[in-house]
Amino acid sequence: MYRYILKRILMMIPVLIAVSFVVYFLMDLAPGDIISSMAPQDATEAEIEMMREELGLNGPLIQRYFRYLGNLLKGDMGMSLSLKRPVAEVFFERFPATLQLALAATVVAVVIAIPLGIAAATHHRSFLDGFSMVTAMLGVSMPGFWLALLLIMWFSLGLKWFPSGGSGDFKHLVLPSLALGAGQAGTLTRITRSSMLDVIRQDYLRTARAKGVSEKQVIRKHALKNALIPIITVFGSTFGNLLGGAVAIETVFSWPGIGRLTVSAVNTRDITLATGCIIMFTVILTVTMLLVDIAYAFVDPRIKAQYTK
Amino acid sequence: MSRKTKAGEFKAYKKRSFAQEVWRNYKKSPSAMLGLILIVLIIIVAITAQIVYDYNTDIVQQNIKQRFLSPGTPGHLLGTDNYGRDVLTRILYGAKYSLAVGLVAVAISCLLGSTLGLIAGYYGGVVENIILRFCEVFMGIPSVLLGVAIMSAFGQSLAVLMLAVGLVYVPMFARTARAAVLPVREEEYIEAARVSGVSDFKIIFQHVLPNALSPIIVQVTMGVANGILSASFLSFLGLGVPVPAPEWGAMLSSGREYIRDYGYLTTYPGIAIMITVLAFNLMGDGLRDALDPKLKQ
Repeated sequence: MYRYILKRILMMIPVLIAVSFVVYFLMDLAPGDIISSMAPQDATEAEIEMMREELGLNGPLIQRYFRYLGNLLKGDMGMSLSLKRPVAEVFFERFPATLQLALAATVVAVVIAIPLGIAAATHHRSFLDGFSMVTAMLGVSMPGFWLALLLIMWFSLGLKWFPSGGSGDFKHLVLPSLALGAGQAGTLTRITRSSMLDVIRQDYLRTARAKGVSEKQVIRKHALKNALIPIITVFGSTFGNLLGGAVAIETVFSWPGIGRLTVSAVNTRDITLATGCIIMFTVILTVTMLLVDIAYAFVDPRIKAQYTK
Repeated sequence: MSRKTKAGEFKAYKKRSFAQEVWRNYKKSPSAMLGLILIVLIIIVAITAQIVYDYNTDIVQQNIKQRFLSPGTPGHLLGTDNYGRDVLTRILYGAKYSLAVGLVAVAISCLLGSTLGLIAGYYGGVVENIILRFCEVFMGIPSVLLGVAIMSAFGQSLAVLMLAVGLVYVPMFARTARAAVLPVREEEYIEAARVSGVSDFKIIFQHVLPNALSPIIVQVTMGVANGILSASFLSFLGLGVPVPAPEWGAMLSSGREYIRDYGYLTTYPGIAIMITVLAFNLMGDGLRDALDPKLKQ
């Protein structure tokens, strides 16, 4: 098991190097650089060239990239060009806000989706089933940023229950996490339902019922536990969507997280900050995938056995 | 279905092609049919709007006297926007952007991704490893951020938007196609084709692909839905189709400034996006069930 985890972590390194190259290259292609927005109007060619050298933006792309990569491999993500602070410092200052949002949205998604999915599966082809499937389908098809705007319109501008943006206390968290969680809830409801439907037909459930286990126990202990594996898989693979969705939600709610930070870094052509942030996003995503794979082992002893081979 | 003994009818049963079989299954599902009907309607709307409306006079021309007419005003069913332009007209005309981006982007990612996936799955070994690592790199970057980076690198236009959204979904198709090929690879008929000297190219596209087609088709419809969502978000960020084109995400973005007093400017374009995405999702669900009856309970 530990060897497997170690192998996966080592395999992340080439992927991250490749990601850094792709992003650095794309950012370099972007028209206009940060100098043009930073330099004073009357700056001479020589002055601009000096600024460029100061910021490490001189020389050909490959040379600059390898200089960046060399520092990166030593664990130094460089200085943000626009904020004049270390990228790592800026990133980790903003990261908790996104983590908080992602966790809250996950809670929202799980609280809505798991009961709804189970209810739909246990009442297969009933009104309840239809209702939850239509709701889930709408949740999947709705642009997250649009739902965010609707929530602002109804609950913030209309009813004045929650603030329309910013962060701080619990009240600030409600609308963003609802907006972000709704889309996840849609996917999760659908997968919970189909996974439960698969399990419900299994022989071991019939056995459990025949033994006289109460229906509640059958669903909760025997069915749900077995249905969890595909649910976790989907959850892991939609985590990327959750992070991507966070970019949208953070933009709408002016949430001070890394999603908004990255978008603004790309827009201001802050090449070190943008590359650093996207690399960190990749790290988060791959680590989550790994955690999901480890979580299988806990849910399913059969999978655990495979790892130790 | 009871098997008919009359020779004629039995023959009719056998003659049914794969597509006919899928269609027979597909039309049984009301939600799938709803999706299909919606898609056809949206396509008709998108084409008709190009013919009926003139881009310069009906879509982008400003009419300051008629600013912010509320929905329901005669002649302006969904009201007018901050430049006095009819919202309904712009939404109908804007259908073409979402459809075009969704369809072209998926065509790009499907062609590139499926080819890579087929090659990876068929050859295995080093080739497969390289392609899979490549996918890992692009799947590691959240698709929205990759889209943002590509859009800012190549500048904003409809063509770049299609390309950006298309490239973002390449790894998904590659993985789907590869996964679909794996079980087929070891089949005896592939072995037979190889032994009888058929070229690899022909084997991949004539023998492997048809057997791996179902999951790719499903991925295509779902891909259109996701593509439309991604594209609308990029436009919402101001990185997609440039203003004043009535792209739905861009309309949402400009409506957002007036959300306090004129919420309908935000509401309607969003509904348009949702209905379109919903239609493709319904169709994708229906196709998945129709293509693989085993999955259907």
